[in-house]
Amino acid sequence: MRHLLNYMITRILLAIPMVFIMVTLIFVVLRVMPGDPVSAMLGGHAPQRVIDARKLALGLDKPITVQYVEYLGQLVRLDLGNSMVFNEKVSTPIIEKLPATIELTVFGLLVSLGLGIPLGAYAARRRRTGRDFGIRLYANVVYCIPVFWMGLLLQLVFGVFLSWFPVSGRTSPRVDVSTFSHTGFYIIDTLRIGSLAAFGDVMWHLVLPAVTLGIVLSGIFVRLTRANMLDVLKSDYILAARARGIPERRVVYNHGLRNALIPIVTMLGLQFALLLAGAILTESTFSWPGMGRLLLERIYLRDYPVIQGVIIVYTLFVSAVSLVVDLLYAVIDPRVKY
Amino acid sequence: MADEQKTILDVQHLSIAYPISIGVVRAVEDVSFTLDDGEALGLVGESGCGKSTLGLSILKLQRPPGRVTAGKIMYRGTDILSMSDKSLLAMRGRSIAMIFQNPLTSLNPLFTVERHFLETIRYHDAAYSREKALAAVQTILAVLGIEKKRLKEYPHQLSGGMRQRIMIGLALIMNPDILIADEPTTSLDVIVEAGFTELLLELRRLYKLSIILITHNLGLVAEIADRIAVMYAGTIMEIATAQEIFDHPLHPYTQGLINCVPNIRVEQKELVTMPGSPPDLVDPPVGCRFAPRCPKVMDICRVKSPSLREHAPAHVAACWLYGKRED
Amino acid sequence: MSSQPQRPPLQAARFSPAGWLASFVRWFSRSRKTYRSEWWIMIAGLLVIALIVAMTLFPHLFTHYNPLDQNAGGQMTAPSAQHIMGTDNLSRDVWARVVYGAQTILGVAIAAALLSAIIGIPLGLLSGFAGGVFDRVLSLIMDSMYSFPGLILAIAFAAMLGPGVINITLAVAVVYIPTYFRLVRGQTLSIKEEVYVEAAHAIGARRGTILGRYIFPNVIATVVVILSLNIADAIMTEAALSYIGLGLPAGIPDWGMDLSMGKKFLPSGVWWMITFPGLMIMLLALGFTMLGEGLAEILNPRLLER
Ligand SMILES: Nc1ncnc2c1ncn2[C@@H]1O[C@H](COP(=O)(O)OP(=O)(O)OP(=O)(O)O)[C@@H](O)[C@H]1O
Ligand SMILES: [Mg+2]
Repeated sequence: MRHLLNYMITRILLAIPMVFIMVTLIFVVLRVMPGDPVSAMLGGHAPQRVIDARKLALGLDKPITVQYVEYLGQLVRLDLGNSMVFNEKVSTPIIEKLPATIELTVFGLLVSLGLGIPLGAYAARRRRTGRDFGIRLYANVVYCIPVFWMGLLLQLVFGVFLSWFPVSGRTSPRVDVSTFSHTGFYIIDTLRIGSLAAFGDVMWHLVLPAVTLGIVLSGIFVRLTRANMLDVLKSDYILAARARGIPERRVVYNHGLRNALIPIVTMLGLQFALLLAGAILTESTFSWPGMGRLLLERIYLRDYPVIQGVIIVYTLFVSAVSLVVDLLYAVIDPRVKY
Repeated sequence: MADEQKTILDVQHLSIAYPISIGVVRAVEDVSFTLDDGEALGLVGESGCGKSTLGLSILKLQRPPGRVTAGKIMYRGTDILSMSDKSLLAMRGRSIAMIFQNPLTSLNPLFTVERHFLETIRYHDAAYSREKALAAVQTILAVLGIEKKRLKEYPHQLSGGMRQRIMIGLALIMNPDILIADEPTTSLDVIVEAGFTELLLELRRLYKLSIILITHNLGLVAEIADRIAVMYAGTIMEIATAQEIFDHPLHPYTQGLINCVPNIRVEQKELVTMPGSPPDLVDPPVGCRFAPRCPKVMDICRVKSPSLREHAPAHVAACWLYGKRED
Repeated sequence: MSSQPQRPPLQAARFSPAGWLASFVRWFSRSRKTYRSEWWIMIAGLLVIALIVAMTLFPHLFTHYNPLDQNAGGQMTAPSAQHIMGTDNLSRDVWARVVYGAQTILGVAIAAALLSAIIGIPLGLLSGFAGGVFDRVLSLIMDSMYSFPGLILAIAFAAMLGPGVINITLAVAVVYIPTYFRLVRGQTLSIKEEVYVEAAHAIGARRGTILGRYIFPNVIATVVVILSLNIADAIMTEAALSYIGLGLPAGIPDWGMDLSMGKKFLPSGVWWMITFPGLMIMLLALGFTMLGEGLAEILNPRLLER
């Protein structure tokens, strides 16, 4: 346990440079690049006096390096600053929207793993047959489908034509969110108050967005699983297991798949970044009130502190996931020592 | 013909090919040999001459895209090649077991030693309770000289020699008749190798094993094998008792092999090969496959391939030097 | 086969066009026989790309409608003989918009992928070759960018730069620089270790010569594959940016923008406004993916495994 703790601490320390670099990069992009946030926000025609007053109030009159150091200082105190447009702290809308994004991405990930891994393993087992070819075709096609188009098609078919699922939002109007909202994770909240009707409604809204995200990402998992399985199935311990008379199914799915999943777990961090990117587009397509929509809304409003804050939270999210993935890896692979 | 009774494995005119994109690799061509009950047969030959392919095909496990194109493999009167999948599973590990060259990679890195054993037992005999299975495992571990606590360990926690012994334990746990050992010592160091040879001899006695020992280590076959089959480029060139092979090799290839190792018993050298290289198995030469490198090559050798014929008691060779033309 | 797939020995590139041509012809005829299915995948990809390239070059051959003409037909009429893909909410012909939209997305995607290759490859070569602190810092930056969701980066850039064809190209290009950097740096490091380059060092070849003669030619095959796969990705990033309204000013026909327009009318069942532009994005991306995958198999021979 001591070792695991040490490992965790080292791992967290290692994540810091990445977060720092992304914060700096975003700061540079948003503050240093051409385009002045205040005049952009006030609409270009505002008198210089008004602009200057506004800048002073926001601390934007100071040299950029000073602003940068101050911003870093704020971040260390876990303070993301205040919105430029609304009278609120940057963290307020983020905390409100983050759970929606997490719910969407987690379920999207589950769908894509649930589709991708079995299909990929099966394709590897039936290598160079028609079914293998079909599954590979599926993987390539699905990978090339833009998430938002997938979302639109599903909306069209299952929302508009068939009316099976709702096409926007997290709940129906008839469901009063205030009766259960507590953590912001509606699935947990509705279960907490024990309202199955509300829970059902929440899940019902989750289906299309999660499936959209899941299908598109499943292509990658099919390919990863298939490629890893093919490698693993060539290894000596697979042949040795067969030579001991272990049935083929068990050799493939128990000996083979478990080993093939290890490299997939190590790559889950990167795939998660793709998932988050896809989630922004899905949120926009399904009017899903998450961080992605928040980001886009505030971009139109030119609310720079919030934009910056959202991106930093995304960075932290990605780092946190890759941390968890590394720990998971250490737990499932007996060869890893921390 | 009392010998017939004792024959446990009879390979007849076996040919195996790998169809690949650039042609067909004829890895094993018209190979015949027998294995008697309790006998140890050494199968020697240069790298790439089809030894592993042959060994694996006895379990019907040749690597894809390998295909048996002709021949039979009779085990106690039934042809392995036409067995049902179910009987194949029952046969593998229980009637015929195999161990491989690389003990480091032959165990599943994610499974404990115990799990390997229990899994093997469970799939062969559902009647075993966990306790009974564990008792059987303990017995074999004792023979192999492995402590009980190792059962809970993962392969990477064990030394190479230990993993090799566990591989053998796994192969023998269901008490098979035949053990096929494919270059079992290649990746072991000399000391471990010596211990391994002893262990193999001991196990052979204890379990009344028949052994097919595939190797290019002439020292090892000299110590273990009763008879030796010499393979070259997918075909068997000569089969005789170990003594005969070393003292009176008939085939020029065998002679070359033996000469390359001045004193086998002392030096235990890896097989050093003679000038030239083995032929391309995609497009093997017509006639005797050794003809292009043979110091005593004759005209007929390049036209017609010789078949295995008995030239001395219990000593067969495929070479035109000792036989007349038979057309 | 237990032996590792063999890499052809490193060779210095000499300037001999005739020799290159000869070896290309040899490679061509051999690989076509060896990789039959990969060839077909590659050819299929090339065909799709060729079709869409033809659309960008000769749009008038595909349609006689003007993509901006707001009187092309009725408002939001379903596909018919006149308008094979129907008309949109501004009475424009959807097929014409599809044809003319190809120019935007293909141009942006190719330009962006090339731009990131042009920036990423030299950086990777230098970083891998030079080593030291420079390499460490640059690698850290690139790795961070690589593990971060690329689209978010592109969104940040696009939001700052404002709409415009050049701007969206830059925003997309930024995303893929780390891909080239990491790839080329990794290969440079491994090639650097190999005897040939060490030998070149020993005979006193200049650094520039080593980079240009030995390392670059050996990296280029991989780059070609990655470039193709990257264009496929860039296509989807471009479409995503313009879909969320960050990419282009109005007035330029673009598949992503048409999709976001179509989204508004989706609840009333106007399926043709979203179906066709999306299909085109998918086809174009698929074309480059297939080309890339085919090339990847063919340029990296592992003969005995098939
Ligand atoms: N999976 C395969 N696909 C295609 N060809 C193969 C395959 N496996 C083996 N071969 C070819 O078959 C021939 C015999 O190979 P095999 O592995 O049986 O030789 P070997 O005698 O065991 O060699 P070694 O001493 O190196 O283990 C070789 O020429 C090899 O290239
Ligand atoms: Mg072998």
